[in-house]
Amino acid sequence: MSTRPRHWLRLDSSVFWVLVGTIALIVLSFWSLDLQLARVLSLESLARMGKFFGELLSPNLEPVFLSKLLRASLETLAMSAVGTLLATIFGLLLAVPASRSYAGDPARWRFLTRLVLNALRAIPELVWAALLLISAGLGPFAGTLALALHTTGVLGRLFAESIENAPQNAAVALRVQGVGEGRVFLYATLPTVCPQLMSYALYRWENNIRAAAVLGVVGGGGLGQMLSFHMGLFQMQETSSILAAMILLVILVDTLSYFARRLLSR
Amino acid sequence: MRLIPMARFKDPSLRDPAWSRRVFWFVVACVILWPALVSTEFRPWVFFEAQNLKVTTHFLAEFFPPALNPEFLELVAREAWRTVAIATAGTFLALLFAIPLTLLSTTVLSVSSLSGRMRALPFVVRQLIRWLLILLRSVPELIWALVFVRVVGLGPAAGVLAIALTYAGMLGKVYGEILESGEREPATALLRNGAGRIQTFFFSVLPGNATELTSYTIYRWECAIRASTVLGFVGAGGLGQQMDNSMRMFNGSEVATMLIVFILLVGLADLLSTWMRRALQ
Repeated sequence: MSTRPRHWLRLDSSVFWVLVGTIALIVLSFWSLDLQLARVLSLESLARMGKFFGELLSPNLEPVFLSKLLRASLETLAMSAVGTLLATIFGLLLAVPASRSYAGDPARWRFLTRLVLNALRAIPELVWAALLLISAGLGPFAGTLALALHTTGVLGRLFAESIENAPQNAAVALRVQGVGEGRVFLYATLPTVCPQLMSYALYRWENNIRAAAVLGVVGGGGLGQMLSFHMGLFQMQETSSILAAMILLVILVDTLSYFARRLLSR
Repeated sequence: MRLIPMARFKDPSLRDPAWSRRVFWFVVACVILWPALVSTEFRPWVFFEAQNLKVTTHFLAEFFPPALNPEFLELVAREAWRTVAIATAGTFLALLFAIPLTLLSTTVLSVSSLSGRMRALPFVVRQLIRWLLILLRSVPELIWALVFVRVVGLGPAAGVLAIALTYAGMLGKVYGEILESGEREPATALLRNGAGRIQTFFFSVLPGNATELTSYTIYRWECAIRASTVLGFVGAGGLGQQMDNSMRMFNGSEVATMLIVFILLVGLADLLSTWMRRALQ
């Protein structure tokens, strides 16, 4: 390494090529998409947008509708909670075969379970929900299972990592006494990693509340389903209340988790 | 395992001291969980109702073999590129929105706060922009897309605008945090010596944080690709829209192909983003 920093504008600098590639990608994207930005940003369309957002300013605040909204919000919360709980259980069940718990552990199922976990994780909740609608029908159940499937992939992977990286002291102490692997896991490894697993699960729950609000758009229940229903009928007052409820829910969850984390890290 | 005689449970030294507490919390958990299960209409047996079972097995049986005829593959390739293009264009627009909002809202470039507290007007302006950023990112991109499909019509423009707005909120917030957590002394020194705010930004704040800012932007681009695959489900173009069509027609083999492309695309974006971030280090 020379003492003077190399200039980044050189053909053999990786920064230069990343920059060229990025600019090419951006130009190609705009060119191939044919966004008709002129039409989107035309006065007529801006006026339409203004009218649309103007209509959103008069929410429907009738008690009957608000109680329906509250029920949908609770349904969203319930979906995220049940989905996360199921994912924690199945994630833990899959994390055990997906981890190599000690040096020399044959871990025969490690590759296969990791493949399953990756596939579960790679498919977004929304696609899972759309797929599950076919076999479970419209409603919150499909949404809950969709959350559970995707989150199982995410949590299973994280759980397996923390099981592999867990401090081995307690497990070794049991293992040299001749205790079987199942009981070593239950009495040594699991208690060691439990706080970390809980914090992962809570973090995913926070994510899932946001995801659950959206899932309904494809028919998976909760606030999203109500939103797509009323928006489809151009009932702007109802739409406006639902959007407000969604934003409130997200901000509430963010604030709560912020304070919870501050409390925990103190 | 050998059977444990019941007498051992009677022995007080072997009794679980936390037993009653465990039972109590278990019951509490069940009481909380029950209404949640009712509310989510948790009925796993619907999967095994004859009609649903027939539809599902028929649909799943079609997954193999995946659709591989050339016309369809060409269509999927075109839609996959559109997905990437929507994500890229959206992230780029988000960047254009986020930069001025960050410059206006960051406290690093505040002149009045050099001597004691920030003055009232700049404080209010910064706070308002922060609230705007919170509002932008509190609405999920899918909801923005749903709104924009109504306003600008079906097609990629709605997807691009949706990603642009949500990600402007996220980028603006995180850029602000990065700038404020970096070293402030060089910027303060420049400002105290009479440098303008733009000068201070280009000669001290930006060079000091450039790596972190780019790395976060690339990470967001990766997230945008994940998001834009899904935006199609509400009609905003790309792979999602095609997948929605195939699902409505219960065409299992087409869905299988697209799921594979989906996984490959997300994996590729992941690899590319990791590689780019490493190249910039």
